[in-house]
Amino acid sequence: MQRADTIDRAPEPVGYLLEVEHVRKEFPGVMALDDVSFRLRPGTVHALMGENGAGKSTLMKIIAGIFHPDRGSFRIKGQEVRLDSPLHALQHGVAMIHQELNLMPFMTVAENIWIRREPLTRLGFVNHRELNRRTAELFTRLKIAIDPETEVRDLSVANRQMVEIAKAVSYDSDVLIMDEPTSALTEREVHHLFEIIRGLKAAGRGIVYITHKMNELFEIADEVSVFRDGQYIGTRAAAAVTRDEIIRMMVGREISQMFPKEDVPIGDVMLSVRDLCLDGWFRNVSFDLHAGEILGVAGLVGSGRSNVAETIFGVSPATSGNIRIRGEDVRIGSPHAAMAHGLAFLTEDRKETGCFLILDVLANMQMAVLTRGFVRAGMVQSGPLTRQCEEMQRALRVKTPDLHEMVLNLSGGNQQKVLIARWLLTKPSILILDEPTRGIDVGAKAEIHRLITQLAGQGVAVLMISSEMPEVLGMSDRVMVMHEGRVTGFLDRKDADQVKVMELASQ
Amino acid sequence: MSTEQISDVLPQVATRPRRRRRMPAEVSILLVLVGIALAFEALGWLFVGQSFLFNKQRLVVMILQVSVVGIIAVGVTQVIITGGIDLSSGSVVGVTAMMAASLAQTSDFARAVYPSLTDLPVVFPIAMGLIAGLIAGLINGSLIAYTGIPPFIATLGMMVTARGFAKWYTRGQPVSMLSDSYAFIGTGANPVITFLAVALIFHVALRYTRYGKFTYAIGANVQAARVSGIDVGRHLIKVYAIAGLLSGLAGIVTSARAISGQAGMGVMYELDAIAAAVIGGTSLAGGVGRMTGTVVGTIILGVVTSGFTFLRIDAYYQEIVKGMIIVAAVIADQYRQRKRRRG
Repeated sequence: MQRADTIDRAPEPVGYLLEVEHVRKEFPGVMALDDVSFRLRPGTVHALMGENGAGKSTLMKIIAGIFHPDRGSFRIKGQEVRLDSPLHALQHGVAMIHQELNLMPFMTVAENIWIRREPLTRLGFVNHRELNRRTAELFTRLKIAIDPETEVRDLSVANRQMVEIAKAVSYDSDVLIMDEPTSALTEREVHHLFEIIRGLKAAGRGIVYITHKMNELFEIADEVSVFRDGQYIGTRAAAAVTRDEIIRMMVGREISQMFPKEDVPIGDVMLSVRDLCLDGWFRNVSFDLHAGEILGVAGLVGSGRSNVAETIFGVSPATSGNIRIRGEDVRIGSPHAAMAHGLAFLTEDRKETGCFLILDVLANMQMAVLTRGFVRAGMVQSGPLTRQCEEMQRALRVKTPDLHEMVLNLSGGNQQKVLIARWLLTKPSILILDEPTRGIDVGAKAEIHRLITQLAGQGVAVLMISSEMPEVLGMSDRVMVMHEGRVTGFLDRKDADQVKVMELASQ
Repeated sequence: MSTEQISDVLPQVATRPRRRRRMPAEVSILLVLVGIALAFEALGWLFVGQSFLFNKQRLVVMILQVSVVGIIAVGVTQVIITGGIDLSSGSVVGVTAMMAASLAQTSDFARAVYPSLTDLPVVFPIAMGLIAGLIAGLINGSLIAYTGIPPFIATLGMMVTARGFAKWYTRGQPVSMLSDSYAFIGTGANPVITFLAVALIFHVALRYTRYGKFTYAIGANVQAARVSGIDVGRHLIKVYAIAGLLSGLAGIVTSARAISGQAGMGVMYELDAIAAAVIGGTSLAGGVGRMTGTVVGTIILGVVTSGFTFLRIDAYYQEIVKGMIIVAAVIADQYRQRKRRRG
């Protein structure tokens, strides 16, 4: 099954690894891809960019054998093929690294990587020693420091991502598809990944690289193709294109200001945290958050930022320390208690802890406020509540046919807006945002940034956790930096820059 | 779950309005019901020489024989919507039938369970049955909410324990000679009315109350429900308590119909009730289901049973076919959901 012919393969013919021509893909009611063409040269990284729902994921899934094109031709190394399944794609030398992690948590790293290709003993049992040896070898080559015998569930999200990457590399494929591989990685790990990618390039492999991050594009990509609304917009050499041009191609309009934080009067202390500890996660966290202020929280993944937010919101109550809201000592033992004090919390993981994916937009918007109002004698006052949800939909420009659409069918950016609407309906005075724009497209991102600024202008105190440096620097009045469960420093807006934040974050 | 995220694939919807009324899931189930009924009608004329449907008595019996399962299914539907399961309902029917009946005996009977408690007003046995069911449900719910054990295990434990309790209660003896006023609960169309009444009540509860919204939310995404401020533990206790209460009601109706309480009452009813809910479109993954669907699902079970009896086909075949219907219903449901996700 596996590609054993990689060693004695003939030298790469000059040509394309992949040629997709005039491909069309339609889903019931929607044209996902309309006459799209795409080519991948050996030894290059070809980035795909576009807003969520632009069609890049559909194209990628066609390349990976998950979808079939309705029309158009598809050639791998000059040979016309029709891929029936991801397995079939692998056999043709196309491997994909999934954005949603596809590892089995109760199996070891080694078992995950070589699944379906396990080395066997003579009796037909899995040869674990050989399995681990191969994994160790692979990891050495890629400079990954993970024990092959660890169970995947014990790994951090970033390490799981590295295992996914190693797994894809292990197929020795000619084409690797990476779908936002850095979304869960820290700066240092991103560098590591880029080293791996450069190695693959040097070995003549081609990489299809989907990303929302502009700086990655300029660092790693050779070519970039832009999509919008299922249409192919154009391909440029990464060295000859500007950031603004790409954004223009993606949104079809100019975005003058991506991080529109305006100065607003800073009010009284709304939230005051002293020596907050959660055993095993973080200790002695202290800060003040003022009305109208945006306090950015920076730090590497695993520095405890999200845990602090969860603790303040009562998801995992503190082991010790003090929380004061508007000068009053409070005990927050549950999210419900936190909401009673005017807190709202947009969680980091939209799919895991945010959306009710199989429920409609209306249900998703109203769930939090229902715990506090719009109920008389147990009956939901659906009239007024629906009207408020409709207003939210308009104000936040949630793109959905109606409020009865399943949230699953919305794009990432619109899902995020639905969640923001959920919290705004509770009229919070303190808003905690954990990665408010992760994995959403440029247009929606700018809208959300504008909205956050507006809220701050209305006197809402905002605590914003973000891994995106430009977002933290552009939006925050002050930046709090965390490292390994401790606050390592605060930076004012005027002093904060990328270097200082990184210094504090990686001491 | 599905690995491909359609939301990432489809272009944003606003550019192409695709507003069309979706057919509610119950309509297709209703069509299945009509289809099955018509099939029996045709087979009736072919092989038995009479009409299947145009027989008032048969129509009543059709629903009457499944109304007890239907009452349980109303509770179990709500449990399944939260993403849980209740395996204890059949055994709780057994216990509550015994306990309620023991307070409904007449003084003419020399060997009453409680000789000093005979000829009581009918509210006493009813209250006894309901409270016993409620307690069983509260125990289920508390175990699930506070110890974190899976609903399957908690209610499996209750299933075995409650059955044992039912046998222990009278050392296996049936409880007979029940009062006329108690027996009235089970006469004529009363069980059918009871079933439809509780179905209506909880249809409203699921669709229009906060209780209902939270029930769906927990089933759709329990973590998101918790972060949204819902007290998940307390809500689950409510849901399982209601399921227990309805099992208690089913126990009362069963014993009233039989005019006796027996420890073996309600065996396998939990599975019939789960089947009714699933046939009616309730998803075992949680977050999806409607009471109207469950009512139709229950009636489908009744029609199939009646139809086979009508055609004088062996009971063995009934079970074989019932099993296949359940599986077919779930396959159809999966297909329907996949289609819905594509928009």
